[in-house]
Amino acid sequence: MSVSVRLPTVLRPHAAGQSVVDATAGSVGEIVGELVGRFPGMKGNLLSDGGELQRFVNIYVNDEDIRYLDKAATKVADGDELTILPAVAGGMS
Amino acid sequence: MARFASVLDLIGDTPMVDISNLSPNPLAQIFVKLEGQNPGGSVKDRIAKAMIERAEADGELFPGRRIIEPSSGNTGIGLALIAQLRGYPITIVMPDNTTPERRQLLETFGADIVFTPGIEGSNGAVRRAQQLADEHPEWAFLYQYGNEANPQAHFDTTGPEILRDLPEVTHFVAGLGTSGTLLGVGTYLKENKPSVKVLAIEPPAGEKVEGLRSLDDGFVPPVFEKWGGAGLLDGRRIVRPLESVLWTRRLVAECGIFAGVSTGAAVAGAVKVAERLAPGERASIAVISADGGWKYLSTGIYTASLEEAAEIAETVSTW
Repeated sequence: MSVSVRLPTVLRPHAAGQSVVDATAGSVGEIVGELVGRFPGMKGNLLSDGGELQRFVNIYVNDEDIRYLDKAATKVADGDELTILPAVAGGMS
Repeated sequence: MARFASVLDLIGDTPMVDISNLSPNPLAQIFVKLEGQNPGGSVKDRIAKAMIERAEADGELFPGRRIIEPSSGNTGIGLALIAQLRGYPITIVMPDNTTPERRQLLETFGADIVFTPGIEGSNGAVRRAQQLADEHPEWAFLYQYGNEANPQAHFDTTGPEILRDLPEVTHFVAGLGTSGTLLGVGTYLKENKPSVKVLAIEPPAGEKVEGLRSLDDGFVPPVFEKWGGAGLLDGRRIVRPLESVLWTRRLVAECGIFAGVSTGAAVAGAVKVAERLAPGERASIAVISADGGWKYLSTGIYTASLEEAAEIAETVSTW
């Protein structure tokens, strides 16, 4: 068992075109660290120079935005799904 | 009294309907506010009227001056309806994967349409509208994503209506687009009843958007930041197309409510709230239905198999 990470189109080129990659369960911060280690091209997209999550990145665990959970400390268990999305202009407008 | 001087007086004061038969928890009631009852057919009539009236009051808008606005449909329709009555030509910049009904409605209300590639999502329409506004300083760019009149309209009207009609409200759930509804209603409710939880629902819109060089090209509506959106919301959840379509269809079949797909997503969010209440906790959940289903009939979403309908909902702009 592991965590499924869903990548948006904009990040897929850094992961050999994959839309979903597996990662080891842990905190969101640990999973982002693992992704950046495996796919260095993602680093600048996901993290600021100070190592914080970029402002225009939204991360969801089982479809819930981690900003309203425990942020980077949010736990992600085996079988959970982590989704990374860019912040875009909303549709219902 | 059901006699009005102008169709614009019909904007707002929309009905709220009990849909608790969809609730998975007997202690959780769910009520849906039917914004599709507005004359232009969506919640956006409220902000269209407010933004135009504010621009008129500020001297930004006067008869003959052209309005330019990016919209996936509903704001454009509301603006065009009013613009035609007031003598403003109007250009709507819209992704080309919107439904034919939206285009036809815009044309019916006399709008000119500039299309942008659907794959760029609303971002592409916002960028193009900004360019056109820069090229044509003689036009009035209302810019719903940054216009204070957008959340203010909901603070002044939608929020008070909800508290009047559902004083026992415990949760407010609405779709996140410009964020105006959530900010305006959420701020009003929290000021008047601080215990209310405010929850945002969104489609996974950024998943397929192309034309972003990197995540740095992301977009957060300026009104979201100005109104302290991050601190106001209590949660934010993605609802995927299959679930949105499923609840849209249950609304029709079990409540007789023919709503747009974004309503199904918002109801899915309310159902999640109901499922997760603490044992013995009671809730009265208010959900916004942004529009009716009429503008999406041609997609087949209401009659195709659920899986086909979900695929359609992924490619057509239904928010």
